Amino acid sequence: MAFIELSGVCKGYGPAEQRTHVLEDVNLSIEKGELVSIVGYSGAGKTTLVSLLAGLIKPDRGEVKVGGKVVTGPGPERGVVFQNYSLLPWLSVLENVLLAVDQVFPQLTASERKARAMKFVEMVNLGPAAGKRPRELSGGMRQRVSVARALAMEPEVLLLDEPFGALDALTRGVLQGELQRISQESGKTMLLITNDVDEGILLSDRIIPLGAGPRASLGPATVVDIERPRDRKELNHDPRFRAIRLAVLEYLLESGKARRAEREAAEAPPPETKASAPAPSEPVSIVEVSL
Amino acid sequence: MKSNLVDSLVKYWLLPIVGAGCVILLWAVASSSVVPSLPSPLKTWEVSKPYILSPWEKRGELDQGILHFTWYSLIRVAKGYALAIALGTPIGLLLGMSKGFTNTFDPIIQVLRPVSPLAWLPLGLVLFQKPEPAGIFTIAMCSMWPTVMNTALGVRSIPQDYINVARVLKLSPWKTLVKVTIPAAMPYMFTGFRLSLGIAWLVIVAAEMLTGAPGVGGFLWQEYNALIYEHIILCILTIGIVGFILDRMMGLVERRFKVA
Repeated sequence: MAFIELSGVCKGYGPAEQRTHVLEDVNLSIEKGELVSIVGYSGAGKTTLVSLLAGLIKPDRGEVKVGGKVVTGPGPERGVVFQNYSLLPWLSVLENVLLAVDQVFPQLTASERKARAMKFVEMVNLGPAAGKRPRELSGGMRQRVSVARALAMEPEVLLLDEPFGALDALTRGVLQGELQRISQESGKTMLLITNDVDEGILLSDRIIPLGAGPRASLGPATVVDIERPRDRKELNHDPRFRAIRLAVLEYLLESGKARRAEREAAEAPPPETKASAPAPSEPVSIVEVSL
Repeated sequence: MKSNLVDSLVKYWLLPIVGAGCVILLWAVASSSVVPSLPSPLKTWEVSKPYILSPWEKRGELDQGILHFTWYSLIRVAKGYALAIALGTPIGLLLGMSKGFTNTFDPIIQVLRPVSPLAWLPLGLVLFQKPEPAGIFTIAMCSMWPTVMNTALGVRSIPQDYINVARVLKLSPWKTLVKVTIPAAMPYMFTGFRLSLGIAWLVIVAAEMLTGAPGVGGFLWQEYNALIYEHIILCILTIGIVGFILDRMMGLVERRFKVA
């Protein structure tokens, strides 16, 4: 029995008659201590997959199990590093991490909790910025805080949803290195969602492509049998790296082509799948008073 | 650097003074030609001088320096406003958090919202039998709505990300409220608080006029009855300036809470 098990998971959005089926028949098993990455197109349902594992949404059909138990809701044993950091802007770096620590370790004293939060802030090299607010930090630093917060909960599994997607290439490289180190030191089970095949291969034990949507499902897993620590530059010349890269990319391209062909065959314009978030509304500034 | 200083002097001092000068000129022309019953600016100043130059003097219950009257009014407004915030914030939070609560109470709130202070005050007098609590009740009933509406809007506008954080951490409802909901809605809430304060100050005149309580509004009404029209203008200007200062002060506090 694997530590994480998804069997026949389907998930769609919208009302029944015009439902957009995002994921269909997703099957996945991850062993304890494994780092698996899932690579896919943007909009293919990667975030949906993470949300399912985190318990933020429920599958329409199928089952999500973590540690042998069916996931019924979110919980701190599954730490999430969100795509857009999701830090609380009114709290400092340390307070953001402390919020998680306070919640997960209520039995510790206040000073023990603070020390623990500080340890994780230092682990992601943000010690000097502990008192700063998120808006004073760069994107890379914010994502580090998010990683620290997730790790500080001592989760059984860490779910990373395109953690470095919004970062520039250099910062990305640095943070990939740090994640590699943290993953090796902690030996945690991790699921990394990414749209970057190279990143997936660099960091993970197994890499699985997520086919193009709608009705996306997972492709064949490829084991990344390259010894660690891995170096990005050397990796580029490694024939094993190139073979894995080719296999994953080919699957993704093929599935994209197949989806396009299906769409053309149906001769119907594809439905708009992007759910538009409601624009943040302005404060009500109309003063109504009648004297 | 130097031209910057001149620039801001012109922008923030010279032009506003010119603007005020225009209005005073228009006032002077109007009072000397079209409406002779309107006291001229000079006359207004002369008659108002004792009230402005010794603003704290208390010669009698309804004959006091202008700042003394303002002080009474401010105390009354503070009481009504505090009640408005104390009632409006929780109602707004409930409206923002619960669809059921919104469906149940939003229609009646929309009905009560546009009711004039002149309508609330008699009801307050019936309820409390005394002018003072009736005035405070009126101020609260009229000024709580912007706080209610903006707090509700603030809670509804909380990004899903923050809610996800609270859910992943399994924060209790109370902790979610204190640690996530209220701080996230704070900028909206402060907009509501500011608008509420503006209305509370607006309502004071009506409340004092009808109850005859000592204050700027009460003084205004009394001087109208005493046919001293200069003091009406004095009161109008005082109310305007105090309202302006209150709004500016709330604006400063509001800015401190705008994070992210």
